[in-house]
Amino acid sequence: MARILQLTLNGRARTDAVPDNVLLLDYLREHVGLTGTKTGCDGGECGACTVLVDDRPRLSCLTLAATVAGRRVDTIESLARDGHLSAVQRGFHEKLGAQCGYCTPGFIMASAGLLRRNPRPTDDDIREALGSNICRCTGYVKIIEAVQHAAALHATGVSP
Amino acid sequence: MDALPNFDLVRPRTLDELVAARRSHRDSRLLGGGTDLMVNIRRGIVAPPVLIDVNGVAELRAVKADAQSLEIGAAATLSEVAAHPDVIKHYPVVAQAAAHIAGPTHRNMGTVGGNLALDTRCIFYNQSEWWRDANNHCLKTTGTICHVAPKSRGVCFATFSGDLAPALLTLDAEIGIVGPAGARTMPLAALYIGYARQDEPVTETRGDGKYFLALRPGEFIAAVRAGNTPGLRSAYDKIRIRRSIEYPVAGVAVALRRDGQTLADLRVAFTGTNPRPVRLAGTAALCGGALDDRVWKGLDALVRDQIMAMKTTFTPGHYRRRVAAVLARRLTARLFAG
Repeated sequence: MARILQLTLNGRARTDAVPDNVLLLDYLREHVGLTGTKTGCDGGECGACTVLVDDRPRLSCLTLAATVAGRRVDTIESLARDGHLSAVQRGFHEKLGAQCGYCTPGFIMASAGLLRRNPRPTDDDIREALGSNICRCTGYVKIIEAVQHAAALHATGVSP
Repeated sequence: MDALPNFDLVRPRTLDELVAARRSHRDSRLLGGGTDLMVNIRRGIVAPPVLIDVNGVAELRAVKADAQSLEIGAAATLSEVAAHPDVIKHYPVVAQAAAHIAGPTHRNMGTVGGNLALDTRCIFYNQSEWWRDANNHCLKTTGTICHVAPKSRGVCFATFSGDLAPALLTLDAEIGIVGPAGARTMPLAALYIGYARQDEPVTETRGDGKYFLALRPGEFIAAVRAGNTPGLRSAYDKIRIRRSIEYPVAGVAVALRRDGQTLADLRVAFTGTNPRPVRLAGTAALCGGALDDRVWKGLDALVRDQIMAMKTTFTPGHYRRRVAAVLARRLTARLFAG
């Protein structure tokens, strides 16, 4: 069965016809064309597909698109505004938080979710908040520095 | 590009609508966070023709906690339970268990009902379809032998790994169940029937890693309730190979009361070891005296008798049993001290 899905995607109202068995991840990438959200393990083990639903991180590879009806979904594409990177994007860029970069959109969205509810996270808060994401390149040290830097940027008024 | 087989999604708004949907779709499965079910659908382990999304049912989402009692709706998320100030204050073992589940993003999705009814796991079961097919499947799916225990004569040893169950077992929790025949209540301990019986048929009260829940067809968990015991101290801990996402080597919930220098009450429950969460029987005999060697030796003996970890994951069974015993000791000592 298919249904009409209405949601707010990256700040804009959107309406699509979506089959019941389509994952949010595939809806974003294949139907809408937002390929910033990555397909990783396909089983909820890696966090590469993390998006925000009503500001909370969620694994889009285990979420049915039809279940986000009426909700706000934010992907990595929503962060930069008018050519300016968000605080978390700048943090990852300036502190070398990405190596191969495949896990990065997931890490950035999980970090953005953290800063939206906790603008001044401790190191432990950051580690805890990124617990659902796996990076096979960096060893995490640079990622944590990136989020610390992002929090500092956010404190100066840059949106997360 | 269909990642998933075809199914219909039903999104009830009330408990009545949910029950009606359940009645008209007998082979349906309830969808909470999907963190386990969607993976299993994807791997071809289950193929329900209808999924019923419980997240819109307001009656199932309430979390009520105070100094007298605890009641959690089955669709409450694990994040909500872990962060609930009154659960943290009055029922710390439950909040801590919720906070130990998977990772933070999973906890935003996963539900209490889903964690209580979590499918049992095994290294021969939680695999892709082609992997299982190449291995000739196993008892828990369509195969004829258990690869963990090939001489098990029809017994499946898949391991229960939910974290909330042991925590709630130490509080003597009960569950509210709703089904086609109406609502009923049962002790949480009676829900879990994964006893790995030998040479006995599966019954409503005794099953194994495959038949591990005492739910009848069409029934589902609606809520879990527990009372408070004044003076009870409780905590949860678990060991994992990686500190998040990963399933447990062993998880342990301990609740105890201390009366001066006397251990007045001791309740210990485990997950990640047997086909059911195990509330250790016989701990009452360890109470009534000081927390001394007699208690430690007795605790070790009870674990040795009742905790039966098999090679259902990549850590060996004997190691998981030792980890379980060590965690139980550690938590007991910490709670007794203060």
